[in-house]
Amino acid sequence: MTEAEASAHHHRFAHQFQDLEQQQETDTVGIWVFLVTEVMFFGGLFAGYTIYRSVYFSGFAAGSHILDVKLGAINTMVLLASSLTMALSVRAAQTGNRRSLIPLLAVTMVLGGVFLFIKGVEYDQKFVEHVVPALDWGPQGETLAKLAPGGLGHAELYFLFYFLMTLIHALHLIIGMCLVLWLILRARRNEFQSHYYAPVEVVGLYWHFVDIVWIYLFPLLYLIGGRY
Amino acid sequence: MSMPIVAKKTYILVFAGLICLTILTTGVAFIDLGPFNTVAALIIAFLKMLLVLLFFMGLKYSSALMRTVLIAGFFWLALLINLTLSDYRSRSWTPTPESWSATSPATHP
Repeated sequence: MTEAEASAHHHRFAHQFQDLEQQQETDTVGIWVFLVTEVMFFGGLFAGYTIYRSVYFSGFAAGSHILDVKLGAINTMVLLASSLTMALSVRAAQTGNRRSLIPLLAVTMVLGGVFLFIKGVEYDQKFVEHVVPALDWGPQGETLAKLAPGGLGHAELYFLFYFLMTLIHALHLIIGMCLVLWLILRARRNEFQSHYYAPVEVVGLYWHFVDIVWIYLFPLLYLIGGRY
Repeated sequence: MSMPIVAKKTYILVFAGLICLTILTTGVAFIDLGPFNTVAALIIAFLKMLLVLLFFMGLKYSSALMRTVLIAGFFWLALLINLTLSDYRSRSWTPTPESWSATSPATHP
């Protein structure tokens, strides 16, 4: 049986397509279109952030300086590492290497969990400092002294953006981890071969997108106006 | 298939580049460059995004259709941010006519 015949008889092959390759190309375009809608979704938040940051710059800078840069930078690297293992997972699926596909996917999921854990430590610190808008707002002492010069209300607005953007990003990451778990379960049933791995590629693209959002969130939230 | 098999080494080099850029962006933030701190942070973020898009997401190897979809997305995002900002930026250019002031209830019976 030739490659083309094998692809035409694959049980995942949908009859409206010419072959599995065209089917996979269609799947990939589909996820790219979805990612564009995600760009627009986050774009609204980024646009709002840009406007308020330019209007209330000193308040935003003061709020930003409360955040822990070290934890933010470590988290960026954790997420970049998870993108590497995700890219290697897709490669393992492409080459039909199930033995390394499952561990690589598992590491990707664990790194996503590490990111969320560090994020949780940071959120906890915000409750200790009482800089959580609506739920626990009322900075005192040293924190208050840092925030007051930029305008307390403006700093509160900054933290509102901080929590909204990072929480929505974390939600995307949780969805990504569920999808990776689903891939692991399917890979265990040996459902991916070198000529059928579209689900791995599609989830991979989504995972990298979530990484790109964080690539922008890190400098925009943690590094406003420099930290010198 | 839609994507050729890329050497593991390429992915690892891209990852090393991304880590270096993360360290660079964090380091630059501790040097006083005035308004260029923001510019530097955004340029580095853009470079990191390009690395992820081209290699991890395989845009370097995929068809023109995929790139067109992405460019269309960024074009729309640029419209969203530019048109919104041009409104806020230009509001102070001309004084608000006094008759627009909300403190004259007599004009609203």
